[in-house]
Amino acid sequence: MNPTRKRRLVVISLILVAVVVAAALTVLALQQNITYLYTPVEVQAGKVPADARFRLGGMVKAGSIQRAGDSLKTGFVVTDGDAELDVEYTGILPDLFREKQSVVTTGRMDGKRFVATEVLAKHDENYVPRDVAEAMAKAHKKHEVSESKPAAQ
Amino acid sequence: MNPLVLWFHKLGSPPYFYRLAGRLLPWLWGLGLISLAVGLYGGLVLAPSDYQQSDAFRIIYVHVPSAWMSLFIYAFMAVNGFIALIWRIKLSETLAMASAPIGAAFTFICLATGSIWGKPMWGTWWTWDARLTSELVLLFLYFGVMGLYQAIEDRRQASRAAAFLALVGIVNLPIVHFSVNWWNTLHQGSTVRLFGPSLIDSRMLWPLLVMAVATKFLFAASLLSRARVDLLELEAGKDWARQVALADGDAA
Repeated sequence: MNPTRKRRLVVISLILVAVVVAAALTVLALQQNITYLYTPVEVQAGKVPADARFRLGGMVKAGSIQRAGDSLKTGFVVTDGDAELDVEYTGILPDLFREKQSVVTTGRMDGKRFVATEVLAKHDENYVPRDVAEAMAKAHKKHEVSESKPAAQ
Repeated sequence: MNPLVLWFHKLGSPPYFYRLAGRLLPWLWGLGLISLAVGLYGGLVLAPSDYQQSDAFRIIYVHVPSAWMSLFIYAFMAVNGFIALIWRIKLSETLAMASAPIGAAFTFICLATGSIWGKPMWGTWWTWDARLTSELVLLFLYFGVMGLYQAIEDRRQASRAAAFLALVGIVNLPIVHFSVNWWNTLHQGSTVRLFGPSLIDSRMLWPLLVMAVATKFLFAASLLSRARVDLLELEAGKDWARQVALADGDAA
């Protein structure tokens, strides 16, 4: 390799290393700020500043959904397995919203309750055909295995 | 000289590459279109519907291959940019610059299909989580490379400046890929895994893999078509380019 190319190779490699280090440090520094959501256990540990608007994520607890008869108001409990939080929301819920579904809600704390202004359903990375899902549900019933995910033990 | 090295040197010569690409192109387009047809038929018709999302999950057959291509093409562009910066090989400059608009198109398709899927499933068109934001940054990086290339008069200087931007932007690739593991995101984690079992039924998986192959062929075909024109333009004054132009003129 001739000296000019060698010099270019060294200079460009050094710049690349510097950029990678800078990016890695930025990512590490932003780790806290990029946190998209908090889970109930983090909220109860006081990791969220009071009166702050934040996203609360977790699973909708089985049997906790209560719909008001005369309005779009819905109440449910979000759990991360370790802690639970009551959530109140007025509005239209996404298709995937149901019991034992991961959701991300945006809002703020009102006393011990979380008042949400937006509810998003999180889809997991599993794709299952309908027949397989039915077969699995049958097997679960037969062997009396709880359908809930390991996170909600 | 070692035959492999010799072949590599020959490949770098614009007239040789022009002829080779011309011979490969019909095959690449043919294989690309056939595998695209097979993948789309498999994905949209043969694959069973998802138990939760029913038929709406089928957007995965466009969204996920496009997302893979957006990262793959960026890496390809950066590697060519690296070679162009150090060895000043004309072909690498041309390939790097020709791949940028194709990568931008795949990134746009990925963002658009994701948004269309997100509205009914998540309940929102867009959210500023780490995966979505870093993919948007990737689109802007492609735009930056294309814009910088067009902003400088001298073609070769322009491609080297843009190649440098492409190279620096490569730090975004691991951020896009690992964002779903590093942070709590609304976007789900990887379904198809290189190591370990994929989290998708095999009847749903195969069309996805066919689509991944199809997009590779289509990228190669599109890239070679673009690079041929760019090389001809770059070498307009050279003998070989004149001969190609005259031969085309006679044929027409």
